[in-house]
Amino acid sequence: MFAPAPFLLKDASVSRVMTQVCLALVPGIAAYAWLVGPAILVQLVIASLAALLAEAAMLRVQGKPLGMFLADGSAVVTAWLIALTFPPLAPWWLVVTGTVFAIVIAKQLYGGLGQNPFNPAMVAFAVCIVAFPALMSQWPSVGLQLSLADQINVILGLAPRVDALAGATPLDAMKTALKLADGSVSVTQLLANQDIYGNFAGRGWEWVAAGYLLGGLWMWQRKLITWHVPTAFIGALVVVAGGLWLYNPAQFANPLFHLLSGGSMLGAFFIATDPVSGCTTPRGKLIFGAGAGLLAYIIRVFGGYPDGVAFAVLLMNLCAPVIDLLTQPPIFGMKDKA
Amino acid sequence: MITRDEFKTIAGNGIWKQNTSIAQILGLCPLLAVTTNAVNGIMLSLATILVMALSNVAVAALRNLIPHEIRIPVFILIVAALVTVVDLLFNANLHELYLVLGIFIPLIVTNCIVLARVEAFAAKNPPLQSTLDGIFMGVGMLWTLALLGGMRELLGSGTLFGGIDMVFPNLQPIQLLPESYPGFLLALLPPGAFILLGCMIAWKNWMDARAAARAQTKPPAPVATAGCH
Repeated sequence: MFAPAPFLLKDASVSRVMTQVCLALVPGIAAYAWLVGPAILVQLVIASLAALLAEAAMLRVQGKPLGMFLADGSAVVTAWLIALTFPPLAPWWLVVTGTVFAIVIAKQLYGGLGQNPFNPAMVAFAVCIVAFPALMSQWPSVGLQLSLADQINVILGLAPRVDALAGATPLDAMKTALKLADGSVSVTQLLANQDIYGNFAGRGWEWVAAGYLLGGLWMWQRKLITWHVPTAFIGALVVVAGGLWLYNPAQFANPLFHLLSGGSMLGAFFIATDPVSGCTTPRGKLIFGAGAGLLAYIIRVFGGYPDGVAFAVLLMNLCAPVIDLLTQPPIFGMKDKA
Repeated sequence: MITRDEFKTIAGNGIWKQNTSIAQILGLCPLLAVTTNAVNGIMLSLATILVMALSNVAVAALRNLIPHEIRIPVFILIVAALVTVVDLLFNANLHELYLVLGIFIPLIVTNCIVLARVEAFAAKNPPLQSTLDGIFMGVGMLWTLALLGGMRELLGSGTLFGGIDMVFPNLQPIQLLPESYPGFLLALLPPGAFILLGCMIAWKNWMDARAAARAQTKPPAPVATAGCH
């Protein structure tokens, strides 16, 4: 990890780290593919190709060595995160637009790997949900059985986008139902709808979240990430969701629902832990993670967007330099604030 | 009278070297708000050119009569009177466009470009030079706003010169991209204006640096990024 001194020598090149991050995403991707079909794998390929092409074009324009930067795998990780946060049956050009924007504007125009102040994948998500709000909110309904050919046709725009493709995420459905009923429906009644919700959160989606959690824990065990950001993220989310749930269980979903819904797990372990756009000091990481968790809850529950993780992470990215500055650990042997 | 060199300097400053939008970064508020298409940008720029030329000539003519201590209020009064004239002209002749541009025509009074040129140029130079300065500063604003508006429009909705029928009733906007183009809404929103303006500033700095490298001189200092509003 990138951290202040003391440094320990470790066999960790960028490409090694990025390969392991991709491996850690595999359990989540597997659950995702089981849930919505192989379309997600197609999206991963489309996003990866777009990212590598955009990266190669930008490197060429700047006269930087192509091979070294393309092989580091950072563009592929960005692409995978984009594909995993976009609706699985989104048209191909939406994923390509987001990926190209992430690589060209959010990463390379700021100076390339290690220089970007904002998480490129989350920039892609924010840009696309602002520019194409309708397409970014159309998620296939769970249990929709489409063959691989049909799914590819939908992604490539060869087949019409039917109603079954235009559902809301469980998180979004919960918010909309509560808002429309205006207090006359309780969360428990809504959760009883087994078409959308499973035992804890969205039906099937809870297993995707569990897959990300598994991959995240493995990354922590491999020391690719430290415990600070995910713990603070999850802790803040549980505290604020739990507080409101205890205050009014009929109108606010329980913390477990929020942990297993939307981008919580992906955000806590894979997005907020980005070493480039996040904080580097231990205390800074705690503040960063807690802020992202808190903001994600506020935006997803009280805001107008389907999920809040992307905007929460981007807002905390803005604060990261200041947080780092204010949380510098004392120099060894000196008193704090010497 | 005016020499050839003086004319060249004034024109070069206004159009490129001290361009209001991409070198001085002044007047960002109307720039962000009205450049959702090229026509709006051009028409607001034309109104601003008119105000700048007239206010510069008025201030230059009166520059020896205005007491130094209260010059700013006097300048503002002169500019405000001229803006009122332009505002009424737009309302009478281009009413639909007047409704689109809305508050940004009266707000030309507070546009820092106008006051900046009056204070920095017209108060110290004869009327002819001041008029030219007002016109060329406005032309600099005109082409940048037209370019920015055109790019935002093209990316955002795939058309060019949308709303031109409000100025010339027998002309129609050009549909450049196919009808099925979904429209990149971000380009029409303020972030799109900021991103594209940033690209234009980078382009200007790049062109200047290249010219400077060719002339074997030191590149000009990067432009300040602090605007006024």
